[in-house]
Amino acid sequence: MAFAPKRPQKEINYEEVRIYTEEELHNYTEEELKNFKIKHDIPALEDLEKGPWPSFVADAKREALHRKKLAEGRTMVDKDVVDDLLGQLELSFNDGETHWKHGGIVGVFGYGGGVIGRYSDVPEKFPSVAHFHTLRVNQPASKFYKTGFLRALCDLWEYRGSGVFNMHGSTGDIILLGTTTEQLEPIFYDLTHELDQDLGGSGSNLRTPSCCIGKARCEFACIDTQDLCYELTMHYQDELHRPAFPYKFKIKVDGCPNGCVASIARSDFSLIGTWRDNIRIDQEAVKAYIAGEIKPNAGAHSGRDWGKFDIQKEVIDLCPTGCMAMEDGELKINNAECNRCMHCINVMPRALRPGTDTGVSILVGAKAPILEGAQLATLAVPFMKAEPPYDNIKELLEKIWEWWMEEGKNRERLGELIQRKGLPRFLEVIGVPAAPQMVKMPRTNPYIFWKEEDVPGGWKRDIKDYRMRHKR
Amino acid sequence: MALSQERLGKYNPEKPTENRITDIGPRHFWDFFPPVIQKNYGKWLYHDILEPGVLVHVSETGDKVYTVRCGGPRFMTAEYIREICDIADKYCDGYVRFTTRNNIEFMVTDYEKVEALKKDLLSRKYVSGSYKFPIGGTGAGVTNIVHTQGYIHCHTPATDASSMVKAIMDELMDHFTGMTLPAHVRISIACCLNMCGAVHCSDIALLGIHRKPPIIDHEVIDSVCEIPLAIAACPVGAISPDKTPEGKKTVKIKEDRCMFCGNCYTMCPALPLSDKLGDGVAVLAGGKISNRISEPKFSKVVVPWLPNNFPRFPEVVEVVKKILNAYASDARKYERIGDWAERIGWEKFFEKCDLPFTEHLIDDYRLAYDTYRTSTQFKFTEAAWEVSRAAGGIK
Ligand code: HEM
Ligand code: HEM
Ligand code: HEM
Ligand code: HEM
Ligand code: SF4
Ligand code: SF4
Ligand code: SF4
Ligand code: SF4
Repeated sequence: MAFAPKRPQKEINYEEVRIYTEEELHNYTEEELKNFKIKHDIPALEDLEKGPWPSFVADAKREALHRKKLAEGRTMVDKDVVDDLLGQLELSFNDGETHWKHGGIVGVFGYGGGVIGRYSDVPEKFPSVAHFHTLRVNQPASKFYKTGFLRALCDLWEYRGSGVFNMHGSTGDIILLGTTTEQLEPIFYDLTHELDQDLGGSGSNLRTPSCCIGKARCEFACIDTQDLCYELTMHYQDELHRPAFPYKFKIKVDGCPNGCVASIARSDFSLIGTWRDNIRIDQEAVKAYIAGEIKPNAGAHSGRDWGKFDIQKEVIDLCPTGCMAMEDGELKINNAECNRCMHCINVMPRALRPGTDTGVSILVGAKAPILEGAQLATLAVPFMKAEPPYDNIKELLEKIWEWWMEEGKNRERLGELIQRKGLPRFLEVIGVPAAPQMVKMPRTNPYIFWKEEDVPGGWKRDIKDYRMRHKR
Repeated sequence: MALSQERLGKYNPEKPTENRITDIGPRHFWDFFPPVIQKNYGKWLYHDILEPGVLVHVSETGDKVYTVRCGGPRFMTAEYIREICDIADKYCDGYVRFTTRNNIEFMVTDYEKVEALKKDLLSRKYVSGSYKFPIGGTGAGVTNIVHTQGYIHCHTPATDASSMVKAIMDELMDHFTGMTLPAHVRISIACCLNMCGAVHCSDIALLGIHRKPPIIDHEVIDSVCEIPLAIAACPVGAISPDKTPEGKKTVKIKEDRCMFCGNCYTMCPALPLSDKLGDGVAVLAGGKISNRISEPKFSKVVVPWLPNNFPRFPEVVEVVKKILNAYASDARKYERIGDWAERIGWEKFFEKCDLPFTEHLIDDYRLAYDTYRTSTQFKFTEAAWEVSRAAGGIK
């Protein structure tokens, strides 16, 4: 099995594209680093150099030293940009307030997103971060990299930006933190021409879809998460780069209900792999778990002595639907009652595997609290096949977008629109019947919004006719 | 071709559309998969955590891949990424992966290489002594924290994120490198209510919050903002149009209605909220995302506010540790923090974690009633006796 890109991918040979020489890359010693002070006093930040966890301050300082020792003209953004970033951060600690100004609209020609404008409000103190814009760069699905690509990106960003990254932003993009307006176009030019790589989304548009590692290295995956994610990303490039939505829109793909990219909490359109046949059971392996020959839960609990593995207590009794039992030494699952919570499979991955007739459950409308409070995603489609070219998924998505673009108020997320209009209206829009799977329970109030066509004879009635039967 | 040099590189500002390439999307994932991943795609049978931070995945082809997982700072420099590349080139044929939770994964096919790789990773330290690549983040422990920008790069934060992560993880190293908890614990940080990190379903979430209503910059508001948009932005209708004594258009704010969400500031830079004494950190607990055993659920606010005590946030770290310790000693195997709190009852959660319960923790926003207790099934804790004493009837 192999997956092909939509267009040929450029192989990146770092030696061919590099900007800096080996000498430039190794231009300082440990000794120099030990004695190195940045140009501002940063006692609070220096405290964060201590302690075992990787220190971003120590890391930033070596970048600062490395930049400082590059020759004039070897960076297009001031050499002490990292010094000033740290200096401003220290000042923010002292003041208990951020020193970044509110927004600022900058970008690259033809795109309505991908760049976030950022200006310091104390440029006289920290001139090198006076303009410090972010670029969002599309991450490859599930974030595997070849070093050639990463090294080339490092050179590009050290040369034309601050050399500071987020790997990765919360939506999934590679975040390039800090450059000037002037450098945006040259960066975009080299990204697209040399690295064969585009920007991500920001503002009222689609964000780079993201996915879990899936079948690349996870035995639980029910769908091709990367392929689905890549296909949607490529198919909706216009939506990603040119804002036309009421607000942001996020798509995330989880390979199974364990939800490693948190799509159920963090995406407007959440695709979660599932199956509709039976959990595959290897009875021999079940016996091996019972006999203590295999560590439960792949050893996830092995740091503590939890006693001997007890399949009754740890699996059967914890099954939320009570659909498992041991009968004559064999594990039985009543699959019709299973709600595919993954617990038993997580505990005994060598014995149990998801079924083979797989697809996705689609949930919609998750979001963080702004504006109307946090929402988890709501189940809209219990099961759909997810096979290339995924036209069924795209059709559903486009119906949703059409409605949202029509009805959504400015800055109203999909989940809020569904709340405002009601789930029944949403089901009408996507053209599916109501099902008990979509709710935790039926409504407790009887305030049903009957429509006129629901009621025999309609709503037009004549008071005179009524009064024939009932005196005033 | 090579990456361009000189100020504008190959970009020609006279002809911005010349040779322009757009809408090409991300790099294709397949090309970035190591050969063992390509070959065994979709064929993985099972995995084992050999020790904290080291996984083996076994394929039906008989192939195995060993993964060594390291905690990384999400904020990282070109220098750090180049070091990652050096390691990946040396041991992993030039492939590396990042996880959703900001960890870095090095994969090898040869078990012999695992020990050397581990040794190499742990030997790499900053001059100040911190590890560059601590190994862990698997199984029933605390993995890396997902977080947002904070003072490093955002204009709306009520706290800083990178420093808080460092302060907390320094104290929780044993949980990162160990697997002694009842189940996974996911910690997240967002520095304002926008919650770029969407922390609302985490076992423990730290959230920056403001506590003072916006200050109105009457002099400029009419020129820098669309006033009607700012008014419409307020979810509780606290903002209304007004005039300055000089007759300029401005707004007024019903301060007792404000819930400090910062939404107006998002729409209008003339309404800043941040304040040294007002801003701080709320702690939420008991959320989850996985569908395992119980449904995904929201985190609940368990501490309404703690001070921004930069750079090490001792009060926040203490609360996180209190929750973790109580959970570690009391919860059952496989039970997430939220499942544990629901089983013992939230009143017991507060007792066992030794956290005060205050009126700020009772919902009074929309749908608040959903969270009120409408039964006589509760457990007695000191908090209950205090109510009885206040109501009269017991001493
Ligand atoms: C009114 C609502 C919001 C506003 C005004 C807002 C504003 C911003 C701003 C200004 C940044 C840039 C920070 C920087 O300078 O790098 C940012 C980053 C980001 N936001 Fe939001 N945001 C909002 C809501 C959200 C929500 C609800 C989510 C997620 C569910 C989100 C996800 C992100 C992500 C993933 C980033 C990337 C930076 C990172 O990873 O930290 N935002 N947001
Ligand atoms: C499906 C709809 C409903 C059904 C089947 C229903 C049925 C009943 C019944 C059987 C009683 C007891 C009557 C009695 O003891 O004589 C009752 C009482 C009552 N119902 Fe409903 N009801 C419904 C909806 C409502 C609604 C929508 C309201 C108010 C908005 C309401 C308010 C009351 C009240 C105030 C009482 C008196 C309760 C009491 O005496 O404690 N009911 N209802
Ligand atoms: C079975 C009984 C009732 C039903 C089904 C009902 C239903 C409704 C509905 C659907 C609305 C519109 C809500 C909206 O626009 O979002 C409404 C509004 C309202 N109802 Fe009722 N209602 C009932 C009983 C009552 C009673 C008994 C009262 C007063 C004693 C009342 C007072 C009001 C008021 C004042 C509003 C306007 C609220 C506002 O605009 O803020 N209703 N009702
Ligand atoms: C000023 C307004 C109201 C007054 C003065 C009033 C008065 C009464 C009285 C005197 C009773 C009989 C109580 C009893 O038998 O013990 C009653 C019962 C009831 N009222 Fe009202 N009522 C008012 C508003 C409403 C409204 C707005 C609703 C519903 C939305 C409502 C629903 C009922 C119901 C369901 C019963 C119980 C009937 C039964 O169980 O037999 N009432 N009300
Ligand atoms: S979501 Fe499921 S399939 Fe995807 S990585 Fe997590 S456990 Fe594996
Ligand atoms: S997946 Fe969950 S519901 Fe289904 S049998 Fe296993 S434990 Fe029970
Ligand atoms: S959570 Fe708030 S403060 Fe933090 S990066 Fe997002 S918008 Fe900015
Ligand atoms: S902070 Fe929120 S609640 Fe307060 S005035 Fe602004 S928008 Fe309204």
